[in-house]
Amino acid sequence: MAINWFKYSAPSTFYWLAGKLAPWFAWPSAVLFAVGLYIGFFVAPTDAQQSEAYRIIFLHVPASIMSMFIYLVMACYAAVGLIFNTRLSSMMASALAPTGALFAFISLWTGALWGKPMWGTWWVWDARLTSELILLFLYFGFIALHASIDDPRRADRASALLAIIGSVNVPIIYFSVKWWNTLHQGSTVKFTGTSMHAAMQQAMFTVLVACWFYAIAVALARVRSIILERERNTQWVAELPEARS
Amino acid sequence: MNWGEFFAMKGYGFYVWGSYGVALLIFIIEIVLVRHKRNITLQQLRLLRDAEKEEEGTT
Repeated sequence: MAINWFKYSAPSTFYWLAGKLAPWFAWPSAVLFAVGLYIGFFVAPTDAQQSEAYRIIFLHVPASIMSMFIYLVMACYAAVGLIFNTRLSSMMASALAPTGALFAFISLWTGALWGKPMWGTWWVWDARLTSELILLFLYFGFIALHASIDDPRRADRASALLAIIGSVNVPIIYFSVKWWNTLHQGSTVKFTGTSMHAAMQQAMFTVLVACWFYAIAVALARVRSIILERERNTQWVAELPEARS
Repeated sequence: MNWGEFFAMKGYGFYVWGSYGVALLIFIIEIVLVRHKRNITLQQLRLLRDAEKEEEGTT
């Protein structure tokens, strides 16, 4: 069956599609969170070095991965919007930014709460932590810049440029533990595999997928409001049953 | 293992539950905000429709 993908790049069709898809990501996300945290807290053994404190990893690593991944997806959408002048891509970029910022914050927050008992400090200005903080500020910058320009298409273009330039920070975060001598430990998840206990790995990857589904569901739900707001003068929005009094 | 021991996390309870608790709170806030935003947007659309209808009525 041939699917006309361009059909879904029309905001009117995507509004409908996003509404249909969002629950299919939201509920599995909740289930995966429950399963992942069950494994993480009841199946995974106590760590030999870090005792129970290490269990922060099941949230810290997925949140950190998501903060970087969402940034790249956001930058891609923004770039597509900039190059092909597609409104919907820019709207998706705007819809992803707050969720990405939230994961960056969770990454820093859980990192601080993990750093205190393990390193003896909430924060150090080391390469990994600083570059992740810059990522959070890049999200804030993207959101603020977009909000500060009245014309939405101009706002899309300006913030797209910021998103694209800022994406150089993502590999810096990832490789920071290799390039510089940092207090932060090396990557837990490497392309060559990991040295973790099986149950720990399962918990972490399950929570990662849960976070991924959560991000998709929330971004889809958020983009629907953005679409309505920006397309409010179109005929299809005027005819929308839920927008009628 | 009883629940008291479980929540104590061998002395790391504050750090572990502080991490998960704040994350949960943030997720809940985001979900509430997204829903609120949708209600506000729909409400504004209705106001816009009503204003247009009134304009049509007066002219």
